[in-house]
Amino acid sequence: MMIQFSEETLAKVKEIVSHYPEGRQKSALIPVLHIAQDTFGGWLDVPVMDYVAGLLELEPIEVYEVATFYSMLNTKPVGKYVLEVCQTGPCMLNGSDDIIAYIREKLGIAPGETTADGLFTLKPVECLGACGYAPMMQLGNTYREHLTKEKVDLIIDEARLTR
Amino acid sequence: MGRKLLLEKAHVEGIRYYDTYRREGGYASVEKALKNLSPEQVVEEVKKSGLRGRGGAGFPTGMKWSFIAKPEGVPRHLVCNADESEPGTFKDRYLMEFLPHLLIEGLIVSSYALGSNATYIYIRGEYAWVADILDQAIVEAKNNGWLGKNILGSGFDCDIYVHRGAGAYICGEETALIESLEGKRGNPRIKPPFPAVKGAWDRPTVVNNVESLAAVVPIINMGGEEYAKIGVGKSTGTKLISACGNINKPGVYEIDMTISVEEFIYSDEYCGGIPKGKRLKACIPGGSSVPILPANLLLKTAKGETRMMTYESLGDGGFATGSMMGSGGFIVLDEDQCVVRHTMTLARFYQHESCGQCSPCREGTGWMHRILKNIEYGKGQKSDIDLLWDIQRRIEGNTICPLGDAAAWPVAAAIRHFRDEFEWHVNNPDECLK
Ligand SMILES: NC(=O)C1=CN([C@@H]2O[C@H](COP(=O)(O)OP(=O)(O)OC[C@H]3O[C@@H](n4cnc5c(N)ncnc54)[C@H](O)[C@@H]3O)[C@@H](O)[C@H]2O)C=CC1
Ligand SMILES: Cc1cc2nc3c(=O)[nH]c(=O)nc-3n(C[C@H](O)[C@H](O)[C@H](O)COP(=O)(O)O)c2cc1C
Ligand code: SF4
Ligand code: FES
Repeated sequence: MMIQFSEETLAKVKEIVSHYPEGRQKSALIPVLHIAQDTFGGWLDVPVMDYVAGLLELEPIEVYEVATFYSMLNTKPVGKYVLEVCQTGPCMLNGSDDIIAYIREKLGIAPGETTADGLFTLKPVECLGACGYAPMMQLGNTYREHLTKEKVDLIIDEARLTR
Repeated sequence: MGRKLLLEKAHVEGIRYYDTYRREGGYASVEKALKNLSPEQVVEEVKKSGLRGRGGAGFPTGMKWSFIAKPEGVPRHLVCNADESEPGTFKDRYLMEFLPHLLIEGLIVSSYALGSNATYIYIRGEYAWVADILDQAIVEAKNNGWLGKNILGSGFDCDIYVHRGAGAYICGEETALIESLEGKRGNPRIKPPFPAVKGAWDRPTVVNNVESLAAVVPIINMGGEEYAKIGVGKSTGTKLISACGNINKPGVYEIDMTISVEEFIYSDEYCGGIPKGKRLKACIPGGSSVPILPANLLLKTAKGETRMMTYESLGDGGFATGSMMGSGGFIVLDEDQCVVRHTMTLARFYQHESCGQCSPCREGTGWMHRILKNIEYGKGQKSDIDLLWDIQRRIEGNTICPLGDAAAWPVAAAIRHFRDEFEWHVNNPDECLK
């Protein structure tokens, strides 16, 4: 894969850099890593991080440091659909453990694993600010709330159809 | 029916969009402030209102604003803390999702008061669609002349930028937030200096919670003195409470601080009681880091007074028999819930979220989680309960930021009030979950 943003994305990066004071382009790092992750297959391979470093005139290590700190930035490949099921207290009170067990069984993967077809990763996560709509999961840029086994079936079927 | 100042219009059709918001009287506080008040007068109104920071610490907002340093020729910044990650807390999301313009309006007035020409909203990365809603509201506000250069001919310039985080509870701590805004790992800084003196890019910076900044709108509209008349004592105005756990009507409620905890849990206007008629066992009233209270101490203080939903009343009795308002994340446990299990999930949360800079927090959170897991799964010993107590005590007060305390307090309170449940697990290993 060619690691290169499109002209349009480069213009977007430039716009983001302009939000911060002159010479503080490092502030744009996390927003730009989000874009890079979305653009290059859902995770940040070393050449991708090096590319971002070059773009923002940073040392590569400055990018690695950040990429490894934040839970939304993946430094290893993940499935096309990451089922991020919240398991913290308030969700647990409303049955998140059962939801996680159900997905494990249905997809035959343990937490942290990806299905053989590369489609699904199961990732138990900590509170996502949806405690009143529990149990819930994050899927890409969306939240799926008030989960039931039936809803999980629908989410998985829908993902398989759109692939 | 309690008085509503923030969510009054939340259900008006189309209120998320500028035209409706404006038609409903939106942006009046910007007109009032920029045309009739000096920045110092705005700060004065906020001081008079008695508004206390809604992020959890409850520090008076007007006082914080008056502390901002003003060195010659150095820009100042306002940063809105929309990182909201404290388990049980989802009120800021609600406000931003349904009333984005209320926040933008509050930010413009607050930026004017503080002299911030570039204001940032640091929002947790997972709230991606909320960030889009805010971006859209900012464009609308700018197109209508409320942002940009020389707003309303006042000579004041202001732009607002949304900055998405990428998943890290610690970035809600204001100095970690600033590090993250600068493009670094979210490692908290040692305070003082407070951000108001040295913050983002070493410039004076005020960090305030979403709800605090939205509250500036009614404060300016009605005047600080009028606002201060709502509520009791030092708990002025209204507070958003996000209620969850075992209740019939989970959701976000605006309360004026004159109702009792019992009314909040059982009345139909709020939580609507406990599902299936079960009994109330315990509650964490202010987000996962504040002490859990058993039902008897939750509804009445140790002195036998009715416990109210105010800063003072929730805190009555200190940590021995009271709790805190905190972030307003209200978590209810019914009689069938296991306090050990719930505490274990919180311990795992804090272990996962520790930034790792201080050894008491980095090691202690992991240790507490492992011991709690052993107890929960029937592999604990009686001495483990005392060991847990000892570990939490050694974390508290010995770290750079309060995440260490936040991890220690729930464990301490669970043992203090529910020691018998820990002992039950130790004594009945065969009946524990496997
Ligand atoms: N909303 C949420 O999701 C979460 C909220 N919290 C809350 O955060 C609280 C702890 O927050 P901290 O910021 O560490 O508390 P803090 O008490 O150190 O500070 C509170 C605010 O007052 C300011 N301040 C205090 N003294 C000052 C002075 N002398 N000069 C200028 N400014 C001053 C600080 O800069 C800060 O903005 C906890 O009580 C907890 O409830 C914790 C986790 C998550
Ligand atoms: C670990 C930790 C996490 C925090 N998370 C948040 C948060 O998500 N949102 C928030 O407003 N304040 C959070 N705070 C409190 C902030 O440090 C700060 O006190 C607050 O943003 C100030 O705003 P306020 O005065 O308007 O409450 C957190 C504090 C700690 C110690
Ligand atoms: S107390 Fe924990 S989270 Fe806070 S700075 Fe220390 S290690 Fe980091
Ligand atoms: S505990 Fe699951 S979203 Fe908060």
